[in-house]
Amino acid sequence: MFGWLRKPASETQVTHGQRLWLYVFAAITMLLLVTPTLIVIPMSFSESQYLEFPPKNWSTRWYEHYFSSPEWMLATVTSLKAAFLTMLVATPIGVVAAYGLHASKVKFIRIAFVLLITPMMVPVVLVAIGAFYAYVKLGILYTLTGLVLAHTILALPLVLIVTGSALKSYDMNQELAARSLGAPRWKAFLTITLPQIRFAVVTSALLSFLTSFDEVVIAMFISGGDNPTLTRNMFNALRDQIDPTIASISTIMIVVTSIMMVLAQVFGRSKADK
Amino acid sequence: MASAFIYADGLRRDERLERLKLFGLSSPAILLVLVILVIPVGWLFFVSFIGADGQFSMENYERMITRKSYFRIFITTFKISLFATALCILIGYPLAYFMSQLPNRIANLCMITVLLPFWTSLLVRTYAWLVLLQKRGLVNDWAISLGLWDEPIKMVHNMTGTLIGMVHIMLPFLILPVYSAMKQIDRDLLKAASNLGASPRRAFWTVFFPLSTPGLFAGALMVFVLCLGFFVTPAVLGGGKVIMVSMKIVSNIELFVNWGAASALGVVLLTLTVFVLWIASRFLNLENIAGGGH
Repeated sequence: MFGWLRKPASETQVTHGQRLWLYVFAAITMLLLVTPTLIVIPMSFSESQYLEFPPKNWSTRWYEHYFSSPEWMLATVTSLKAAFLTMLVATPIGVVAAYGLHASKVKFIRIAFVLLITPMMVPVVLVAIGAFYAYVKLGILYTLTGLVLAHTILALPLVLIVTGSALKSYDMNQELAARSLGAPRWKAFLTITLPQIRFAVVTSALLSFLTSFDEVVIAMFISGGDNPTLTRNMFNALRDQIDPTIASISTIMIVVTSIMMVLAQVFGRSKADK
Repeated sequence: MASAFIYADGLRRDERLERLKLFGLSSPAILLVLVILVIPVGWLFFVSFIGADGQFSMENYERMITRKSYFRIFITTFKISLFATALCILIGYPLAYFMSQLPNRIANLCMITVLLPFWTSLLVRTYAWLVLLQKRGLVNDWAISLGLWDEPIKMVHNMTGTLIGMVHIMLPFLILPVYSAMKQIDRDLLKAASNLGASPRRAFWTVFFPLSTPGLFAGALMVFVLCLGFFVTPAVLGGGKVIMVSMKIVSNIELFVNWGAASALGVVLLTLTVFVLWIASRFLNLENIAGGGH
């Protein structure tokens, strides 16, 4: 029954028995990676106002509380709007920039690339207080526009990297062929290139959506008033209370991100099959 | 042939123009980053040299050196980032190794356990740890019923909680590049090593491990840099007892409305981050890191 323990497990002839520790370690680690996220879900259906697991009595009162609270609803709508608009702004700007940098072989593309990647490297607190200052001057503090613009620069590096790497493995000569047959450049891009990098574009769009939807620190500073985000309100609530309403909101957020993740997987998969 | 030479100049000029036009496609993105990020951060840099009296002064930087509390914040930030990175390596590397050894189909299934937390909101995961680690939380309940300890232990609102939360959030950033580096290693090299008489351990340490180091460095660098500027998790799980640079910047603005002090801290934090990245870029190609997570 335990014969498999003595069988070689890899090219180096190490036996399964010798690396049993690795299997146990990996199993525990994977469990620890997933459970903290998932355990919030059953807790959100608890009857009690304390967080208990497993809940003694089940109820949906915390969801009712969430859906009947105008503040949480306002925040949810703001977050969804901001995420959707960020997706709509960051994806075209980022894809066009990635294409431009890829096709143009001028000397300073490296500098431009580094500049466009910086939002990923600069500590987010700095981006937040910088944007806060700029928005006071521009008069767009606490507006949806401001929020979308700030989230867009956070999403740009991701769009650039994902789309850029797709372009790297794309054969630009196809576009050249189209153009030599008389298509203008923009038409060649739209009809030949874009359809072939569409999975990267869709992935970029989903990443942009999630970047905005999950963002906390910038939203803390520049969202508020009529446009508070869900994460901002959650963060403020976490500082003084941990009631199960937040568990129910967390569950909803997990559902939203999971849907996005499945969509990304579906589109990513078809790319791998090609 | 002759006509080609005549048109060459014009063609070259056309091409240069075309390239510039293409480059111009990136201008909306560049403009946005300049207006929302570069110019404001430049202004913060300027403000950091303005003292409380509105004159040019170095007082914001002097304070960082003379006041012990500021110095301690930087030490704490570095210590936490180092610890978190080390823990991520110790936990993430073996897991990535385990997954790299599995057949693709099963490895992809295991990958879900890494990707699910990676995609889940950071705030949700931080909240989950707050719930799990609190005094009457699950971890304490189970540990007591299993007889691991008798009294509930304080695991949140302190350093322990902060580290647990940060490591959990950072692990995917380490595992993904390490895993993709491991998948690229040619397995025949290991066969060759053992064929030549290397023990499994020796084959691992002299062949496999060195080949996986680019991914490991990339992941560790990513984790370290992200930890340096981390705000949300230490703010929630640290309960005010663990103060990192980002948190001090926020409190300087929210509580004391002291832009000079906040900016100076920000400038130093940014400088440290750039310095770490610069050191790293001398050893590895940063563009690969940027793409490493995907």
